[in-house]
Amino acid sequence: MRPVALFFLALLLAGCAAAPLRGTGDLGLVVERAAGSILLVETSGRSTVARVEGLGDLSHASAVYSRDGRYAYVFGRDGGLTKVDMLLARIERRVVQAGNSIGGAISQDGRLIAVANYQPGGVRLFDAATLEPLASIPTGSKVVGIADAPGNRFVFSLFEAGEIWVVDPSDPRAPATVKLRSIGKQPYDGFITPDGRHYVAGLFGEDGLALVDLWNLEAGARRILSGYGRGEEPLPVYKMPHLRGWAVAGRYAFLPAIGRHEVLVVDTATWTEAGRVAVHGQPVFAVAQPGGRRVWVNFAFPRNDVVQVIDVPGRKVVQELRPGRAVLHMEFTPRGEQAWVSSRDADSVTVYDTASFAPLARLAAARPSGIFLASRAFATGF
Amino acid sequence: MPCRKLAWWLLAAPLACAAADNAPAPERRAELVDLVRQDCGSCHGMTLQGGLGPSLGPAALAGKDAGQMRYVILHGRRGTPMPPWRDFVSEAEARWIVDLLRKGFPR
Repeated sequence: MRPVALFFLALLLAGCAAAPLRGTGDLGLVVERAAGSILLVETSGRSTVARVEGLGDLSHASAVYSRDGRYAYVFGRDGGLTKVDMLLARIERRVVQAGNSIGGAISQDGRLIAVANYQPGGVRLFDAATLEPLASIPTGSKVVGIADAPGNRFVFSLFEAGEIWVVDPSDPRAPATVKLRSIGKQPYDGFITPDGRHYVAGLFGEDGLALVDLWNLEAGARRILSGYGRGEEPLPVYKMPHLRGWAVAGRYAFLPAIGRHEVLVVDTATWTEAGRVAVHGQPVFAVAQPGGRRVWVNFAFPRNDVVQVIDVPGRKVVQELRPGRAVLHMEFTPRGEQAWVSSRDADSVTVYDTASFAPLARLAAARPSGIFLASRAFATGF
Repeated sequence: MPCRKLAWWLLAAPLACAAADNAPAPERRAELVDLVRQDCGSCHGMTLQGGLGPSLGPAALAGKDAGQMRYVILHGRRGTPMPPWRDFVSEAEARWIVDLLRKGFPR
């Protein structure tokens, strides 16, 4: 064979062996909750890259990312913890670590994964590289609202016990725990502010929220917005709201009012109520667009076919979108130009232009729920 | 027909009718299965193995009173997040759901 032909043959073979190099900054995953699979998506061309199967029961699944953005850690309801290679679109490792799990977090240094479990109630720590189990922290209570905190710590709430625990895994095989008691009745979720200073737990069993200043842990938790329901009987709650650091838009946090058709506006300088916005139904997610100009809200059953957009300065609804029934999740691209919205019953994910609200793309997905973009790798509380 | 057999039929007939009344129409059945799996599933898990709410699997429900379960579906449970579903599910439908939960709920 002539040298030129050999050269082209070598080129061809090299092309077959390796996909073109790419980063993960515009990648993400969409949970297909009923199928136990995830779609890998990319936000530059707004398309589906691959489907990864075999992740178990993904109802109420969530994900965090390795600090290099290469791997996703997916937490399944069945206690499965799956490490997915975003570039090779395959499962790297998988362990089933408990009977019933709710979510997890990755440590500030990226070396530990903490999984929050309902059954048996507790938190388990894993080596992020190998998924080797390192420690088990039994709580005797369902664990909700787990978040990573500065100082390489983890913070979470206990539903039945009404406590907030702060774990320091400096020795990952023997983590130290600070327990804050009597923080309020039935915390259902919690979040850490984007600066990593405050942890807030929403309370189901009483009107109000619990606030912890992580710069002053000795002060314990204090109640904020007590009695925001003004003594009115809350409506039945058909889906628990979710809290994350995305609630913060500039100085204000926008939080779902439990059992009410309202979003509460909280001044994070004073942690007092700064107002409330009347909305279409009971909010599940209230997510601030990066930059904090607007907040997008979805709703609980049976009013879950609508997304409303709140203008932050005006504190009123300025747009209503109907991407299909059972809108389960919304995720912004890191600079906020696109919003990805999943509709379970429409079997689709709609990508909106956040400036014009025009749909830019619609991706087919089997009963999609959570959307997790790889840019979460770089934010505290995600 | 011997008398005893006839008496048995007379007794069984209304029961059979009640069971037939109890079962929702096929399209409604599909809706209810979806409602239980997806919406009840947001707390009880899509596989109904439990989450924030308890497991609704046959083993977990063994020994629980059917009437009480029906009541909880329709009217909720105070002091817990379990809401009343009476605006979305009729009494007969609740009966049908409880029945299926105890046997093992369809996909």
